[in-house]
Amino acid sequence: MSWPQVADIAQKVQSSELKAQDLVDRALSAVQEKQSLKPIISETSQRAKTRAAELDNQIAKGKKVGRLAGVPFIAKDNFLAYGSKTTAASNILRPFQAPYQATAIERLEAEGAILVAKANLDAFAHGSSTENSDFFTTKNPYDHSRVPGGSSGGSAVAVATEIVPFALGTDTGGSIRQPAGFCGVVGYKPTYGLVSRSGVIAMASSTDVIGPITRTVADTAQVLDIMAGRDELDSTTIDRDKKGYLPERAGSLKNVRVGVIREYMEHGVESGVKQVVNLAIEKIKTAGAKISEVSLPSLPLALAVYYIICPAEVSSNLARYDGQRYGFSEPQAQDLLSSYELTRDHGFGPEAKRRIMIGTYVLSSGYYDAYYKKAQTVRTKIIDEFSNKFEKYDFLIGPTSPTTAFKIGERVDDPLSMYLSDIMTVAANVSGNPSISLPAGMANGLPVGLQIIGPMRGDRALLSFAQDVEGLL
Amino acid sequence: MANMSVLTRDELLKLAELARIRLTNEELDSLPAELSKIIEYVQQLDDVSVKDLEPTYQVTGLKNVTREDKIIDYQADAQQLMKNAPGVKGGQFKVKRVI
Repeated sequence: MSWPQVADIAQKVQSSELKAQDLVDRALSAVQEKQSLKPIISETSQRAKTRAAELDNQIAKGKKVGRLAGVPFIAKDNFLAYGSKTTAASNILRPFQAPYQATAIERLEAEGAILVAKANLDAFAHGSSTENSDFFTTKNPYDHSRVPGGSSGGSAVAVATEIVPFALGTDTGGSIRQPAGFCGVVGYKPTYGLVSRSGVIAMASSTDVIGPITRTVADTAQVLDIMAGRDELDSTTIDRDKKGYLPERAGSLKNVRVGVIREYMEHGVESGVKQVVNLAIEKIKTAGAKISEVSLPSLPLALAVYYIICPAEVSSNLARYDGQRYGFSEPQAQDLLSSYELTRDHGFGPEAKRRIMIGTYVLSSGYYDAYYKKAQTVRTKIIDEFSNKFEKYDFLIGPTSPTTAFKIGERVDDPLSMYLSDIMTVAANVSGNPSISLPAGMANGLPVGLQIIGPMRGDRALLSFAQDVEGLL
Repeated sequence: MANMSVLTRDELLKLAELARIRLTNEELDSLPAELSKIIEYVQQLDDVSVKDLEPTYQVTGLKNVTREDKIIDYQADAQQLMKNAPGVKGGQFKVKRVI
């Protein structure tokens, strides 16, 4: 049975047609039923049941409840939530219990949404397949021998298999859009800074964003509308759009100017992916949009830029895991220095160590200008290319990934080939632009994602357009 | 550059010391080649012309975001905060001897 749209669930809960407690029970049983795919690290059953009972009580007393009343959801396990284990799928945080809560979760729960579980990810969100989870690999629901994508793979599977109507993920280089594409659901990366990251475990702070994974664009917009905007606890947050983010109904595509990114249609794209994306473009054209091919020659450089900036920021953000105040601490250590060094060698998995080492290398004296500063300057070039194009085009489109979901084990021993999974998503992280992946169709039995990128702070327009496109696919 | 690692074992050892990670011998053997491949990939930026361009360190354009200097009570669960500590003594974090 499919979940209705989140706004409809909330309305039925408000009118007592549905009970929050039943919805939570349904989500928790679905967690059990889908266990063989391994999307979930831990449940937050107790807290969820208590909240649901409170909500049903308030409604029985005739109180007005929020816009997401009774809607169960799942967060990637790098979001802190009261009374929940928060591991980031890493051994070093395996014993960690959250003492405070992410602003995103706070805002959703203030509107009545109920957190029921925490989803698997690549440890610290480093990866594109969930194979870098220190605990276990999540499986793609369409083919259990394939990856769900990553790093928000558990969240994407939770939505694709109807455990919950929506889930939260984080997207630093493509970690919401790529798994959404691989699992046939909607994945949204907002403009950088639009959603507070307070209470979310940091990866690469200059590109990290939080966003929803849902089955429909309307649900994405609802969830974003609640999370978006300034937060005193995150000084990098930007003002929300005064009109909010709920899309306007069935707009016309006439005169919408859409650029198809040439670099994303040629660079090693699987023919099945190309066919599905071309068909989607054809439908958008038939609906009246003006389609042209555009070239952004610096876009393929974004991956190299990212694999300098990201490890640099990862190496600083992971410096705090030293085994002294929280998390795993190596009991065999004799003195303070060996406590740091052994805790970090035993607590971090291979990918975290790779990134810490690369980051330390590119930031070390003598190399800083050649790598870090150069990358940040090429970043300017990419940003300039995007802003030039957005003067002539309303949206840019292409595939979300060059391939469909790959086999478990296929890329895990070759870090560079794993990194290349992000080649088409990473540019929007480097530049900060909002970007969405929509389920566009199937190639050889596997879902294909269509990516639409919008101008900076153009989230509202992007979501409206995406909803129109969704209706055509 | 064929067969020559960009990153040597000795350099890796130095980086590991800076990053406070005691890599095992196995890691010290396997990582230089693995990391060199990644470094070679990102070196493609060497050939990119960035004449007249300034680096971008953040994309929001926000500058000097400040707030009023007022005391806000700690909202989180202080007991839980200390429960996460590997060692506690008298309500304080207990660590190995520093000096």
